[in-house]
Amino acid sequence: MIMNGQSTAIEFQGAGFRLPDGRALLTELNLSIARGETLVLLGRSGSGKTTTLKLINRLLDPTEGGVLVDGKPTTEWDAIRLRRRIGYVIQEVGLFPHFTIEENVAVVPRLEGWDDERIHNRVRELLDLVGLDPARFAARYPRELSGGQRQRVGVARALAADPPIMLLDEPFGALDPITRREIQEEFRSLQRRLGKTMAFVTHDVAEAFLLASRIALLKDGRVVLLGRPADFLASRDPEVVAFVSCLRGADEVAAAP
Amino acid sequence: MNLWQFLAAHRAEVAQLSLEHLFLVAVSTGIAILIGVPLGIALTRRPALSKPILGFANIMQTVPSLALFGFLIPLNIYLFHVRIIGGIGARTAIAALALYALLPIIRNTFTGINGVDPAIREAGRGLGMTDRQLLLQVEVPLALGVIVAGIRVATVIAVGTATIAAAIDAGGLGRYIFRGLRMNDNTLILAGAVPAALLALAADFLLGAVEHSFGRGGRRLNRRHAVAALVAVAAAVVTIAVFTFHSGASRRIAIGSKDFTEQVILGEIIAQTIESRTGLPVERRFDLGGNLAHDALVAGEIDSYVEYTGTALTAILKLPPLSDAREVYRRVKAEYAARFHVEWLEPLGFNNTFAILIRGQDAKKLGLKTISGIAKYAPRWRTGFGQDFISRPDGYEGFVRAYGLKFAAVREMDLSLTYRALADGQVDVIAGNSTDGLIGRLGLVQLDDDRRYFPPYDAVPVAREDTLKRYPELRAALAALGGTISVEEMRRMNFAVDGEKRAPRDVAEEFLRQKKLAAGG
Repeated sequence: MIMNGQSTAIEFQGAGFRLPDGRALLTELNLSIARGETLVLLGRSGSGKTTTLKLINRLLDPTEGGVLVDGKPTTEWDAIRLRRRIGYVIQEVGLFPHFTIEENVAVVPRLEGWDDERIHNRVRELLDLVGLDPARFAARYPRELSGGQRQRVGVARALAADPPIMLLDEPFGALDPITRREIQEEFRSLQRRLGKTMAFVTHDVAEAFLLASRIALLKDGRVVLLGRPADFLASRDPEVVAFVSCLRGADEVAAAP
Repeated sequence: MNLWQFLAAHRAEVAQLSLEHLFLVAVSTGIAILIGVPLGIALTRRPALSKPILGFANIMQTVPSLALFGFLIPLNIYLFHVRIIGGIGARTAIAALALYALLPIIRNTFTGINGVDPAIREAGRGLGMTDRQLLLQVEVPLALGVIVAGIRVATVIAVGTATIAAAIDAGGLGRYIFRGLRMNDNTLILAGAVPAALLALAADFLLGAVEHSFGRGGRRLNRRHAVAALVAVAAAVVTIAVFTFHSGASRRIAIGSKDFTEQVILGEIIAQTIESRTGLPVERRFDLGGNLAHDALVAGEIDSYVEYTGTALTAILKLPPLSDAREVYRRVKAEYAARFHVEWLEPLGFNNTFAILIRGQDAKKLGLKTISGIAKYAPRWRTGFGQDFISRPDGYEGFVRAYGLKFAAVREMDLSLTYRALADGQVDVIAGNSTDGLIGRLGLVQLDDDRRYFPPYDAVPVAREDTLKRYPELRAALAALGGTISVEEMRRMNFAVDGEKRAPRDVAEEFLRQKKLAAGG
């Protein structure tokens, strides 16, 4: 758990976020994410997971404390430069419906002013990486794809400019269970190959166990437990137990005659 | 003549008026797009402004067009030495139409952009798009279908509203409609209304197709194409606008008229007299609606037209009605000189007063000759009065009080429709004009104003003082017309145009020849 500054990609220092009406969405958050690590933010709806992600890429600025990316507070980063170093995948995917798949994946490289050939090659490489045949899919529009295929495009788009950090906000939450299982497995191998720093939001405890280096469990805007999956299984905290029992419940149903 | 025969016989004129109509619509809608779309976008960035600005656009839509014209004509707003608002003609019509077209365009741009899926917007921001990039690459393209729908609504409204442009000499198909209403000629009304409706349908269909192509999912904007299209629209609007707004700079004597037959004939008589006696070039700016001829005269848009003493006294000067003709003339002459620097010249000789009219057979059957005679029939009679008569201080209210009348029903309708309504038996008494050619044509009888209620409406040319000073020969030419036109002569000329469908220009020419008023005649 002890890390030096060099290997820390993201650090929350007593970070909090309050709405203008005074309601606190996140309180006194202290945690760091090491380079190449996948931290899963787990918790119920409204526990502060998405707020935590948005503090990293400055879609929100903390109202208390600070968030450091590569050792520099986010508020000192130019928001646009910061976001282009951070891949961002959301549950609704948010593909641009008037762009083809190729154009969607090429958004950030084009904003960064890459030349056409480099963009073209990169798009092909990425579509292969996420398991979509470029010859079949590059010229299609998002509405012609299934939910799982769209989410793959969303991941490819986030990876396009090879950002060192990836933020994923329940990326597989809207998929059917079988597709979700497949894409989770593929994502895990992708994760190992790419070695990116990732912050991954989910409320699915099985997904958390599958993908996490460490898990931070949030409740009402505070961290209840921060640890490895093994620490999780050992905890007696009622919120942890509630989540872990979901995992056990699924196993028991599977084991039942 | 039925509609098709008329349209076939006047192909060139119909095409010309349709082109004028399209021009008004295209330029005004173009201006509304250039203002409305950026404004709509700005509102999405500053939502606090959306209420006041949409509220303003909303109010603009409810302002009656004649009121809006009356407000715009005296304005003098210049942009790079080109007068862009003010005066009569296409310029002011375009400004008014553009104001009417703003609301749907601003509103649809605003709602279209606000309607973009928030997840798409968040994804764009999360990917590191600047606000500008998000707007131009994502929000505007996705809102384009809705924006085009707004432009479509604005265009169709503009095609309809542009018919009113004829009221300020701005041309378009409204000319036929106004002329038709004035002459009680349904064919002429349809000759304006049907092509206008077809234009509206065509515009709706074409823009509907464009809207559909941008429809669901939007279309990617090619940046270069978008910029090129925008520049092309702006350049076209500006060049056409400069071209029209700049024309007519050369100095001519501009003669105006109100928007009814007698006025157009009198306008022609004045114009032809000036042409033949002074040789000055004359510009005809006829058919100005409401009191717009007065506004145009004061604003220097026209130099002269024929006004009626009673109208000037009550409707323009807002003074209480007087019954002595000489006193009224003296009063308006003094007031106009002081307030408007406008001079009243020699009266033409006839009095166009309100004429209380009934059907000939009623007059004969009931032996009616005077207005006081109808008091006992009034409770069973329905009336049809023009807006003018209803609202004027020397009109309806004082009239029924003076004669102690109570009617079964009072219907307010366009003056030109009341004659037909009376002849068809839909109403039993109307207030027409004593010089109206239809009085004879429809066999109507004018009742004598035996209690001297109606003030005099002597027809008199009025002219700007500065024009008279600059062209002294003008005064002499107009003075020659003094006392030359009797009520009967005016009624006959009106009938020649309204009843016999002759051109006002020819009728005026014939009158001047017969009276030996034409030069060399």
